[in-house]
Amino acid sequence: MNSLSVPHLIGIRDLTTSDINTIFTTADSFKDVINRPIKKVPSLRDITIANIFFENSTRTRISFELAAKRLSADVLNFTASSSSVKKGETLIDTVNNILAMKVDMVVMRHASPGAAAFLAKNISARVINAGDGTHEHPTQALLDAYSIREKFGDVADKKVAIVGDILHSRVALSNIYCLQKLGAEVMVCAPKTLIPKNLSDLNVHYTDNLKEALSWCDVANMLRIQLERQEIPYFPSLREYTMQFGLTQAILDELPKQITIMHPGPINRGVEISSEVADGQNSIILNQVENGVAIRMAVIYLLASQIER
Amino acid sequence: MEKQVILDSKQFDLTLTRLCHELIEQHSDFSSAVLIGLQPRGIHVVSRLRDKLERLLGNAPVCGTLDITFYRDDFRRREKPIIPNVTNINFSIEGKSVIMVDDVLFTGRTIRSGMDALLAFGRPKNVQLLVLVDRRFSRDLPIQADYIGKSVDTLLQEKVKVSWLEVDGEDKIELFMMDQYE
Repeated sequence: MNSLSVPHLIGIRDLTTSDINTIFTTADSFKDVINRPIKKVPSLRDITIANIFFENSTRTRISFELAAKRLSADVLNFTASSSSVKKGETLIDTVNNILAMKVDMVVMRHASPGAAAFLAKNISARVINAGDGTHEHPTQALLDAYSIREKFGDVADKKVAIVGDILHSRVALSNIYCLQKLGAEVMVCAPKTLIPKNLSDLNVHYTDNLKEALSWCDVANMLRIQLERQEIPYFPSLREYTMQFGLTQAILDELPKQITIMHPGPINRGVEISSEVADGQNSIILNQVENGVAIRMAVIYLLASQIER
Repeated sequence: MEKQVILDSKQFDLTLTRLCHELIEQHSDFSSAVLIGLQPRGIHVVSRLRDKLERLLGNAPVCGTLDITFYRDDFRRREKPIIPNVTNINFSIEGKSVIMVDDVLFTGRTIRSGMDALLAFGRPKNVQLLVLVDRRFSRDLPIQADYIGKSVDTLLQEKVKVSWLEVDGEDKIELFMMDQYE
């Protein structure tokens, strides 16, 4: 019960419910630590972590970096745009060169689904997936579920609507796995073109009516439209998307109950969510960011505890 | 070797009372002193001392609990990661006399971690150490207690167990050989 059943964090799909609860309990303690005057503990003094980002990221990279530093690990940051990847080096070569410098753990974001799993099979270090294409983004799902647990006390039996670009979203897939493992019910809401073909395998509700989704749920997780992954147009225009799926205060006011609003970021204000809602009293968007550091500390701590010297 | 009772419940109570008087001697009304119990077993010592001091002084001293999990030096030398306990220090220790409290002082490593953990909450005026049992001549680090319930000379293979009425059904301190210990 006290250690994770996996050597790497590739996806939520590989985790057991008990793993997720262990991560949450550990994160509770770290949340306490990061609110102390001295926000740092010496646990991982002898661990070196490489943050390897082949795709752009601000929040996730900073959050991982801060989590590692709060645990006293050494961190090196690597972004593909300023590296030899541009000169034609393969993924394995790049990572093995970094590992030759004695790195214990790799946090990687990559545009190809399966990149993290591939890496975990081929290198000796521990791997944490910080997003692999449209596949999974496990730490985001953990922090989302953790934020729901913090707000409501428990995740079980909560109704969560995920609204937006489900087809291209790794956040959506990881969230669905995580919420279901914790006993929550999930509904996805998007234009039909942005719904993956195999949705029925995931055992989630579906609607293309935003108001229906909002009246059903306790929590709405608003996702960004990932224009950078859309090689063809999936809907006529962003304006039309906003008209049908954009969340505004007026829509919230019409609902018979209060619902909690989440967003994994980055927010496109005025597209999927209005500024008024994003900054409103029902929004826990910034709590998600704070919890992100605690969750990542917990994941790093629990995986690092398996490293043998 | 049979298990051996070092303190029975009557002596146990007397010892705690004496420790309270020693604390009062040094810190009078506890206006600038706080008690901090180390998780997991030091918190029982603190809660007893707190009750007794409240009876002796008329008001209870400020007490907290401190978890040292993330400050340990044996991380990854154990089979499983250690899941932390609750830390509860909702007061400032800045400029205070802090009395760290634990049940048994053995190698001194827990206390070293405890000092690290404590200093993350601020800069106390000074730190003292109170232990119920001091296992002499077994220190790995140069650490000594300021208040000692009972000093015992033990072998490395022995284990000291402190039982509490509220969790174990009886107040007593026993000495076991390691293989007799559950």
